Amino acid sequence: MSLITPDFGLLFWMTLIFAIVFFILAKFGFPLLTNMVAKRQERIDRSIADAREIEARMKTFAAEQEAALAEARRTQAELLREASETRSKIIAQAKADARAEADKILAEAKVQIAAEKESALRDVRKEVALVSVQVAEKVLRHELSDESSQRAYLDKLLDEAAQVPLKS
Amino acid sequence: MRLLSFISLLLLFHPLAAEPLDMDEYLYGHVMDSYEWHITTVKGHPVSVPLPVIVYSRQSGWHCFSSKHLEEGEEFEGFFIAPKGAAHEGKVMEHTPKGDIRPLDISITKNVAGLMFNSFVLVLLVLLGVRWYRRHDAREEAPGGFTGLVEMLVMMVEDDIIKPCVGPDYKRYSPYLLTAFFFIFVNNLLGIVPFFPGGANITGNIAVTFALALFTFLAVNLFGNKHYYKDIFWPDVPLFLKAVPLMPLIEIIGLFTKPFSLMIRLFANILAGHMMILGVVAVIFLTAELGAAMNAGLTVIAVVFGVFMDLIECLVAFLQAYIFTMLSSVFIGLSRQHPEQEEQTKKP
Repeated sequence: MSLITPDFGLLFWMTLIFAIVFFILAKFGFPLLTNMVAKRQERIDRSIADAREIEARMKTFAAEQEAALAEARRTQAELLREASETRSKIIAQAKADARAEADKILAEAKVQIAAEKESALRDVRKEVALVSVQVAEKVLRHELSDESSQRAYLDKLLDEAAQVPLKS
Repeated sequence: MRLLSFISLLLLFHPLAAEPLDMDEYLYGHVMDSYEWHITTVKGHPVSVPLPVIVYSRQSGWHCFSSKHLEEGEEFEGFFIAPKGAAHEGKVMEHTPKGDIRPLDISITKNVAGLMFNSFVLVLLVLLGVRWYRRHDAREEAPGGFTGLVEMLVMMVEDDIIKPCVGPDYKRYSPYLLTAFFFIFVNNLLGIVPFFPGGANITGNIAVTFALALFTFLAVNLFGNKHYYKDIFWPDVPLFLKAVPLMPLIEIIGLFTKPFSLMIRLFANILAGHMMILGVVAVIFLTAELGAAMNAGLTVIAVVFGVFMDLIECLVAFLQAYIFTMLSSVFIGLSRQHPEQEEQTKKP
């Protein structure tokens, strides 16, 4: 037996056996495994891609949330500012109105008071005039009960009238 | 140390067999093919598994009989094993009126039987390994245990060797290359196992490696594309190198040297490994004549070297399977090359 000459019988069997082994393994063995691993690989890749996408989306969400929050804060501040402005405006308005009303009332009261005063004064004057006329009447009646006194009184009045300088 | 001195003491009183070792028969008997599977020798009687001899004679047609009829140079149905020194030494020959001729011989020899056993083991291992995928959804979970090991090896070969070497249409060749890898790997490993039914020198036999190289040759050349054949018969070289068909000639020789190198590399590596281990073990028997102390000392050294060689052979078993698969992938990849791709790969 030579070491380096291929023997036909062994070559024949080797070819046959290898062909059978190849057929079995290529049909039922390796493709099943490699396909499964490829599928798993694909799934892992897709999962990673998904995770990355979700992460990106979360980041966008967070940014959007941040923006919304800032917007809300801004609006709040705006509203608060507007509200306080409105409030002070209303207060000012109310104050002004109140003052105007008060002034009006005061003015009316003054007018009324003045009128009341006037009428009261008039009444008092009338009263005083009446009283003084009555008094004067009584005095006159009393004093002029006799002729002498009437004369004296007339004289006196004439004196007085003479004493008072003429006016205008 | 105490154990070693104990062994040497034992050897000192052991009656040493002074039978000289026939080195040629010892070495070649182990690495060559034979018609029966010799397991061991007990008290001078060989213990061996007889295997069927299948021969076709032009005179008497097909013959199939057990190899034990041919033991010790016996003749059976006109067939005998050629004795030492004759033509076709060790092969079955037929007596005919015109003299002894070699019949068509497809006997189940030791290597064929080993090949069958190893292939059975290989198919069993792979099918057991992939059985898991039929019952589980590989997208949801990853296998552990034995299937995990098979998957790891298969994906290592596919991702590290086949994918980068073959190129984009690797899927078409992947089953063949994986089969070649595991076929060589399993046969190499079982070749190192020193007892029956391992130990047949299968991948160290030229017929086996020839067949493997032939398959790669077919895979390369049957599916080669037009760029591949253009590169062989009309390569991009100055005209005077093609007109006198110098380059095509070299390319055509290269067509055959590639698988030839595959064949020789695997054959020589595995054969040399077997020879080395056998040689190291032979030291024990060869030094028996030199006295007990010498023999004991060298036995220790031989065992240590034997362990070392066995470990080296485990590495070589993997390495040679790896190299065969890788070079096959590269050759296939070259036959599937697209010039545009080449341009693309050159650009960066």
